[in-house]
Amino acid sequence: MDCAVSIRNLHKTYANGFSALKGIDLDVQQGDFFALLGPNGAGKSTTIGILCSLVRKTSGSVKIFGLDIDSHFAEARKHIGVVPQEFNFSQFEKVFDIIATQAGYYGMPAALARQRTEHYMKQLDLWDKRDVPARMLSGGMKRRLMIARALVHEPKLLILDEPTAGVDIELRRSMWEFLQEINRAGTSIILTTHYLEEAENLCRNIAIINKGSIIENTSIKALIKTLDRETFVLDLHAPVTALPALPGFQVKQTDAQVLEVEVRRGTDLNELFALLTEQGIRITSMRNKANRLEELFVTLLNRDDSTKPGAAA
Amino acid sequence: MSAYETWIAFCTILVKEIRRFTRIWVQTLLPPAITMGLYFVIFGKLIGSRIGEMGGFSYMEFVVPGLIMMSVLTNAYSNVVSSFYSNKFQRSIEEQLIAPIPNWVILAGYVAGGVARGLCVGVIVTFLSLFFTRLQVQHPLLMIAIVLLTAILFSLAGLINAVYAKSFDDISIIPTFVLTPLTYLGGVFYSINLLPPFWQALSQANPILYMVNAFRYGVLGISDVNIGFAFGMILFFIVIAGGYAMHLLRSGRGLRS
Repeated sequence: MDCAVSIRNLHKTYANGFSALKGIDLDVQQGDFFALLGPNGAGKSTTIGILCSLVRKTSGSVKIFGLDIDSHFAEARKHIGVVPQEFNFSQFEKVFDIIATQAGYYGMPAALARQRTEHYMKQLDLWDKRDVPARMLSGGMKRRLMIARALVHEPKLLILDEPTAGVDIELRRSMWEFLQEINRAGTSIILTTHYLEEAENLCRNIAIINKGSIIENTSIKALIKTLDRETFVLDLHAPVTALPALPGFQVKQTDAQVLEVEVRRGTDLNELFALLTEQGIRITSMRNKANRLEELFVTLLNRDDSTKPGAAA
Repeated sequence: MSAYETWIAFCTILVKEIRRFTRIWVQTLLPPAITMGLYFVIFGKLIGSRIGEMGGFSYMEFVVPGLIMMSVLTNAYSNVVSSFYSNKFQRSIEEQLIAPIPNWVILAGYVAGGVARGLCVGVIVTFLSLFFTRLQVQHPLLMIAIVLLTAILFSLAGLINAVYAKSFDDISIIPTFVLTPLTYLGGVFYSINLLPPFWQALSQANPILYMVNAFRYGVLGISDVNIGFAFGMILFFIVIAGGYAMHLLRSGRGLRS
């Protein structure tokens, strides 16, 4: 079975000489929910831009469901729906018209286009706003409009570039549910996001891109397994004047009543509490310092940066 | 895309363009009607009555075809340049760029939109002119062909301008500093036979002269230029502008990184 996306030795150098992609290879299986992560300027949007033909690659090959985007551009594009990072619809057109017009661009007859538009608008709670000019929508509604527009031609691959940026938590959760639903229905999804919790909750596989190169490409589960330590933040009942001695743990005091303790994977947390209790330190609450994936992400980026030539300079 | 799907994509762009200029009719259809109405009153009735005949026709009869053509070409140009640039500015052009639409269909869709507005305004101005004079069209097919070809040419020019434009100022530079002077000096208001030989010769380098005169020939049956040559020239410019516009879309200049 062909991959939903197959990228080989993809390079992109912009006119100003900036090398955004330095020969990346990437496969996204059909039906996958795939996360593409990386810091700002890492090459995520360039990769997505090339997939949907808004960015011209310098060299390399890209296939969408086995169709080369150069030699079979029309067929390949039919399979892709894109939700970009920034709003890219006419602010003056009515919401219904924006989505139905997009269906027309894919050669869909008017009756079917209207039917599909109504279907996706209702699914995304936009139907009440069908006659409203797009500029009148809230930020969250605009995001949903772009999702409905990307789905109206029922693509086999949906690409979402930070779809929940600036969206409130409730709406983000409902968007997650919707995306999981369409993924279960068979749509392959590629997601870029800065919310690592989002990637951890939604995606099965992940690629991390940094400075134009893929530095990790594995399943989320396998990646999480590589996490060998976690940092816990402990809120203390009373202030401590000196750093407590906690053999086997790395401890840092960030405030008179707050300790950060790094715990190795497999360590018995009871040992930690016992040591603290011995020293008369009472804990009122405890939490993870960061999302697990976030810690890995930072670790991988730091490792990648330190292995780059000139990193020590 | 199949031929049927391609046709739907073309119609979608065209309908979107028509919807746009009719939605903002106060900015697109009303101003040329008012401007041309004023031209008819001032140049045709008030001043025209003192000018006398031109080319064997009353000044009003002479000036009407030129003014119709002037409104067609400026509106065809304005429609495409403002719509395409606005889509670029709002990035909604990406809706078309990511879809499986061939570049020539995108080009044809915008040009058809420009032609539609040009013709709409042309019809409005023609009806308006009937309040001032009687139009007895001598060569209707030729008149229609010229007006269509001119609208196509200026729509193509509008698209080229929009591709290069980087700000809203850039889309008004060509109409203000190139199109308007060429139109006013293109025989809309006078016959070039009235000019001294040097200015006559210079006027013949103005492509708008040929369009205005060919249209006037279609309506009144008189022209300062050879009609066959005028047709050939308009077609030549369409091929050049069309080829260049396709090159720009294919190269993705200002549209794809």
